[in-house]
Amino acid sequence: MTTAARFTTLALATTLALSLGACSKGGEDPKAAAPKAARTIIQNKGSDTMVNLTQAWAEAYAKVAPDVDLEVSGGGTGVGLAALTRGTIDIANASREIKPQEIESAQKNTGKTPGDFVIGYDALAIFVHKDNPLEEITEEQVAEIYREGGTITKWSDLGVQLPGGQDEIVRVSRQSSSGTYEFLREHVLKNQDFKLGSRDLNGSKEVVELVAGTAAAIGYSGMGYATAGVKMLRVAPAKGAPAVAPSVAATLDKSYPIARSLHLYTLGEPQGAVKAYLEWVLSDQGQKIVQESGYVPVRALSSAQ
Amino acid sequence: MTSTNTPVRRPTRPLWARAGEIAVETIIRFSGVSAILFVLAIFFFVFREAAPVLVSDSFRLGEFLGSTAWYPTSAVNVRYGALALIVGTFSVTVLAMVIAVPFGLGVAIFISEFCGPRLRETLKIVVELLAAIPSVVWGFLGLTVMSKLLVQVLGAPVGVNMLNGALILALMSVPIIVSIGEDALKAVPDSFREAGIALGATRWQLLYRVLLPAAKNGLLAAVLLGVGRAIGETMAVLMATGHAVQIPHGILDSVRTLTANIAAELGEAPAGSDHYRVLFLTGVLLFTITFVVNLTADLVIRGIRKK
Repeated sequence: MTTAARFTTLALATTLALSLGACSKGGEDPKAAAPKAARTIIQNKGSDTMVNLTQAWAEAYAKVAPDVDLEVSGGGTGVGLAALTRGTIDIANASREIKPQEIESAQKNTGKTPGDFVIGYDALAIFVHKDNPLEEITEEQVAEIYREGGTITKWSDLGVQLPGGQDEIVRVSRQSSSGTYEFLREHVLKNQDFKLGSRDLNGSKEVVELVAGTAAAIGYSGMGYATAGVKMLRVAPAKGAPAVAPSVAATLDKSYPIARSLHLYTLGEPQGAVKAYLEWVLSDQGQKIVQESGYVPVRALSSAQ
Repeated sequence: MTSTNTPVRRPTRPLWARAGEIAVETIIRFSGVSAILFVLAIFFFVFREAAPVLVSDSFRLGEFLGSTAWYPTSAVNVRYGALALIVGTFSVTVLAMVIAVPFGLGVAIFISEFCGPRLRETLKIVVELLAAIPSVVWGFLGLTVMSKLLVQVLGAPVGVNMLNGALILALMSVPIIVSIGEDALKAVPDSFREAGIALGATRWQLLYRVLLPAAKNGLLAAVLLGVGRAIGETMAVLMATGHAVQIPHGILDSVRTLTANIAAELGEAPAGSDHYRVLFLTGVLLFTITFVVNLTADLVIRGIRKK
């Protein structure tokens, strides 16, 4: 059954066949398996934060290289990296760094070490409803709201009164396969667990939507997902320190405290079409799309704004 | 086939016809038995994936069934307490049935006994159309339309909650309850109705005293299939219930169900890890729950038959 599945994959995705072929046939030259005429498909999966960005790339790249198809899907960073370590996709989108055990499992399953490409940065914004009078928050307060055993459960604990009169904070969070979830847990909660009972939603956009429709909600998501219905809070790294609004400039000069790098992971050193795509992503054209999608490019662009 | 042994000689059929008959017979027999085979195989494979965790050091069955702390990916202290998920599944299902059963049976009774033939045809087509709506579309309705309504009308602090999920599940199981319930009422012979009317019963008396008792097995089956639909539903509850791990204190609290939890977490759990196996164990749990529900229903129906 596995061999049959492999042959199907071979016919479907040439690039994927390269990696699978290499691991199943051992020393044979994998390049021989690549037919010239077929369209190349690059399978791309992972972070929900990066789905919009990756789709924007895919659309633009279709004009640059018409013979390459990019198949983009989300599911969460964990899902993408798990698929990469099984060798079923070409590129995993990740909004956190790969874990040692994921590298280990990739080596065990495919014999290859994942290659890491930082393609931009994202500021993690703390969202509240647009009518919420709160303007700024400290990292510690965010942790006290979200962590297990945290002491802040009411808006009055933060010194504000909501126009609707509700006081209980409605915590909106992400499902545990999300890179955003793990990033917040690692950097803001300092690896403590989340308090149970938060609404764990399945996408970055859903978080913003729910916060926009819920007066007493607080949520976190990439700043690219901000809408008119929500307000992004200024975040201070500690009590007394100046609070900084999430923005491209504040992320680049590292003054915004909860920003993270966005990664693309490949199996081993990228080859052929995947390599060309990654080079294009890091070119000015690809990086401009990063900026247009609401994220921060890896370097200041010459024609920026 | 055995009739060839009888002394009366019949015209013998060609060999291929007899071989064909045997082949068709075997295929039909296999199809009949295959349902049992599939159920056993599914249980076997799901249990095989789950079994190793039962002897693992990081897993305790008491914690799994009795604790609400569900931290499968914790960095400091991994805990697999599924109690909140079990309670979530039950509370959403029960609430959905409280809404769907009276409504669904009411529609079934109306279609079968009270409305004219043209309205009946229209209603049946619409109800069947309702059953054809994909569950993700229902979930979408819950997430966008229903959640706003609940906030505006009931003043719920958050729109995605147990009531939202239950309403969506009720809407999904009503078509099943209606079509099977209506079939059950239709199966009551017309002579029952005629006898009732001849004895001077009103329509309501006819319904309460004659039709409902006569059709109760079928109606119970309709309700239980509705329950099965509600327990097993994944996508819609994932989107509409709020997906929060907690024991609900009211119908406006968010909950998480076993099915939604598997859907959300299985994709990321590395194959063979404890987390992966615990998720399969929740699958075994779901399987057991539906098995018990079906078995109880079967026993209840048998009990009714004996009386």
